[in-house]
Amino acid sequence: MGNRKRTGWHRVINGVNISGFFVVLFIVLPLYWLIITSFRNPADLGSVQFWPNPWSGANYSQAFVQYDFGSYFIHSVVVTLCATALVLIFGTMAGYALGRLPMRGKFTLMVTLLMISLFPEIAVIAPLYTLLKDLGWLDSYQGLIIPYTAFFLPFAIWILRNYMLGIPKEMEETARIDGAGPIRTVWSIILPMALPGVFTAAIFTFTAAWTEFLMALTFNINLKTIPVGIATFGTPTEVPFGTIFAASVVAVFPIGVLVFIFRKFVISGLTSGAVKG
Amino acid sequence: MATVDMAQVNKVYENGFHAVKDLTLDVAEGEFMVLVGPSGCGKTTALRMVAGLEDITSGTLRIGGKVVNDETPKERDIAMVFQNYALYPHMTVAENIGFALKLRKLPKDQIAAKVKETGEILGLTDWLERKPGQLSGGQRQRVAMGRAIVREPSVFLMDEPLSNLDAKLRVQMRAEVQRIQRRINVATFYVTHDQVEAMTMGDRVAVMRAGVLQQVNHPQNLYDHPDNLFVAAFIGSPAMNLYEATMTEDAAAVRIGSQELPLPAACRDEHPGLARYANKKIVVGLRPEHLPAATDTSTGPHLVGNVDLIEALGSELVIHFTIDARRVRAEGASSDDEDATAQHGEGVARVDPNTKVKVGERITFAVNTAGLQFFDTETEKAIWE
Repeated sequence: MGNRKRTGWHRVINGVNISGFFVVLFIVLPLYWLIITSFRNPADLGSVQFWPNPWSGANYSQAFVQYDFGSYFIHSVVVTLCATALVLIFGTMAGYALGRLPMRGKFTLMVTLLMISLFPEIAVIAPLYTLLKDLGWLDSYQGLIIPYTAFFLPFAIWILRNYMLGIPKEMEETARIDGAGPIRTVWSIILPMALPGVFTAAIFTFTAAWTEFLMALTFNINLKTIPVGIATFGTPTEVPFGTIFAASVVAVFPIGVLVFIFRKFVISGLTSGAVKG
Repeated sequence: MATVDMAQVNKVYENGFHAVKDLTLDVAEGEFMVLVGPSGCGKTTALRMVAGLEDITSGTLRIGGKVVNDETPKERDIAMVFQNYALYPHMTVAENIGFALKLRKLPKDQIAAKVKETGEILGLTDWLERKPGQLSGGQRQRVAMGRAIVREPSVFLMDEPLSNLDAKLRVQMRAEVQRIQRRINVATFYVTHDQVEAMTMGDRVAVMRAGVLQQVNHPQNLYDHPDNLFVAAFIGSPAMNLYEATMTEDAAAVRIGSQELPLPAACRDEHPGLARYANKKIVVGLRPEHLPAATDTSTGPHLVGNVDLIEALGSELVIHFTIDARRVRAEGASSDDEDATAQHGEGVARVDPNTKVKVGERITFAVNTAGLQFFDTETEKAIWE
């Protein structure tokens, strides 16, 4: 037992690898099923096929033509990008202040932020609806962008603050001695060094906003985003699984690409500052 | 170029900790002043006050004759090299060096010319387009210095810049730092905890302990004439051997344990204050190199000890011995680990490499009385007049 080296076929066929294989299968299989089903003929969906035969793009054309999925995609892009941008702007400033500036009440502020980030959406949906209605913001982009920003900001601040804590204070001192003012220091020195943390916060915010359902369903009737749009495909008696799967593949694709590209930042952003705390 | 004058400068933190106490120190134009002392002695705090990174609680700091207590670091025209270099990791070497000039809004071609010149001085020409992460420790150190000297500052500050380097590189870089400092000829404050660095690099060395300046002098004077027990124990490697001793009734000899060392007239003339300590306890200091092994032709006082350990260094033997006397340790001059392993009466001597001696044997040293140091047991001050 212990650390003995495996040799021969034991290097591949062993308990750890077999367990890992089944865990990966458990995660990947639904995604695989989603993708291959989206490329099957809508009429053939009653049978089980592990590989599309024939390949068909009918589900995709139905999603975009019959169900106007393109509009939902655009709405999601606008709302998500705007919310992400706002979260990053405010989150970076707040993360910097909480991580690097001397200020009273930091701990109280951090605890308050944590509490907000743990708040269930369902508890505030009704008062938010009333507020947005009074503002005339129902069925609008800002009716989602502003609440998304408010809800996702605390977690982003937490990530960014922890990341900023890991930047040595000598960086700012050097910049001061070089002649940089506070704004210049943040822009030219701190932000570039905190970029991995910024990417991490961006990924998490983008994913959260892209997949948010409850507020999108409640506040917007006509200006639907992808999750709400997909949920309204079909009729009470007819559920177009193929079309739903096709739309879901399109919805998941940007997230998958982003997370894959920035995967190392996701891990480092979550764990940075863990030692210094 | 400018001078630096600190007059009764104090630093008291919000929690009441008094880090620097009444520090009065001046650095002339082009002078290389080293601040040395154990960790927590206030040397870095003093440096940071000169830089403007810490507020001065009381006292006056002048740079070039002008009071700068309330001026920002930029306004003081100082440049600083940090212990961990503090290079901007996302910028190239050229961008790091030129950043301060860019902030001053110098024309791009002028910045490029200055960066190139600085790169040539420091041997960084081939590395200007690299990022700090691609450089070795020594190269990063040179970039940090380049970033400081390109600005042609009035004062140059360095906070233990060599402490992150390995021993061999540290020796190389010591010479490099001195070469560069002489070239730019600017008042330089250099902070280190390494007394070897202090002795080899400084025009003058300021020894600090617990926020208080102990002594400022040229390295050799500091070595030969320490003002107090702490300076005597801190400066010198191996450290000075310090023993509890008693002056004889006529103050013509000193008793160390069971052994009596007669003091020649020359020694008593150099330390006339010893006459006041007849029959009193004092502390005697003997540098390791002032304890050569006695030969058949040796004259003068002798000291006999038991050999515990012999370190053959090639050029000399370092002999660890014990005598039946109580060793005195100056608080803060040695580490807690060294204090913990200390027994009684240990000493270190540096003798000729051909000395015939074995561990466990007794060895006789011919004491070089010209190098003897004496200290008051209560005030810990050196006894001279």
